[in-house]
Amino acid sequence: MTVKLNFKIDGNDFTRAGEASGEVKRVLKELGLPSDVIRNVSIALYEGEINMYLHANGGQIEVAVSPDAVGMVLTDSGPGIENVALAMKEGYSTADDNIRSLGFGAGMGLPNIKKYTDHMMIETEVGVGTTIRLKVYIK
Amino acid sequence: MTVNDLADKLGLVFLTGQEDAQKQVSGCYCGDLLSFVMSRAKSGDAWLTVMGHLNSVGVAALADLACIILTENAPLSPDALERARQNKVIILQTEKTTFECAVAIAAFLKI
Ligand SMILES: Nc1ncnc2c1ncn2[C@@H]1O[C@H](COP(=O)(O)OP(=O)(O)OP(=O)(O)O)[C@@H](O)[C@H]1O
Ligand SMILES: [Mg+2]
Repeated sequence: MTVKLNFKIDGNDFTRAGEASGEVKRVLKELGLPSDVIRNVSIALYEGEINMYLHANGGQIEVAVSPDAVGMVLTDSGPGIENVALAMKEGYSTADDNIRSLGFGAGMGLPNIKKYTDHMMIETEVGVGTTIRLKVYIK
Repeated sequence: MTVNDLADKLGLVFLTGQEDAQKQVSGCYCGDLLSFVMSRAKSGDAWLTVMGHLNSVGVAALADLACIILTENAPLSPDALERARQNKVIILQTEKTTFECAVAIAAFLKI
């Protein structure tokens, strides 16, 4: 059986940042998944969700929990990422002072997603948007 | 050692209720940049920071941290306090610097 969850991220309401990730975590706990799987999914999803708020003015998150893996698709219609290889480097960030004053902008979000997932794929086009596909295996 | 024990020993002030303070503390992480914390802090760590806002609460909850300790009496925003209560994130405060607090925790945890 596959459990599916869907979230619309309203880029204008930053006070709700992290809610979707929190809700996914709650559901995964209820489903009784191993705690390290839950933690990995939570961290990766949070970084992706925050990026949507900070860099893409919102978007959409789909999560599918099957017996062997948690799949996540994060889609936005933001500015896209010009140089993905650069964006994946630890320390690379285009965040402004405003974002930095909130504790973001270390340029660690995308590398964290990579670190905490088993599969990560970025499709992006400048001026069109970004789709990030992630998978964490349930071992 | 529980969060409660740690609070006792270091004279930390509870900003949230004390209900969940039986959580175990197994280590410590210091830092204010949230993605660093997400990347490097381990579950069960006490997190020392001066960032007392909504997003800190999200990070602590999602990364399974034992508690947030606001050092140098750094303020906690009212919305963050409310969110922390909802999400059962324990937040404490101390006038100690992050360094002083970390050294004390290391001594108690013998790490
Ligand atoms: N969804 C997105 N749309 C457009 N650009 C993005 C998106 N996600 C990331 N980026 C770009 O990639 C850069 C690196 O992202 P990353 O998450 O690693 O760091 P950050 O968000 O700047 O800082 P941190 O995540 O450490 O708080 C961002 O600064 C931004 O330029
Ligand atoms: Mg980021």
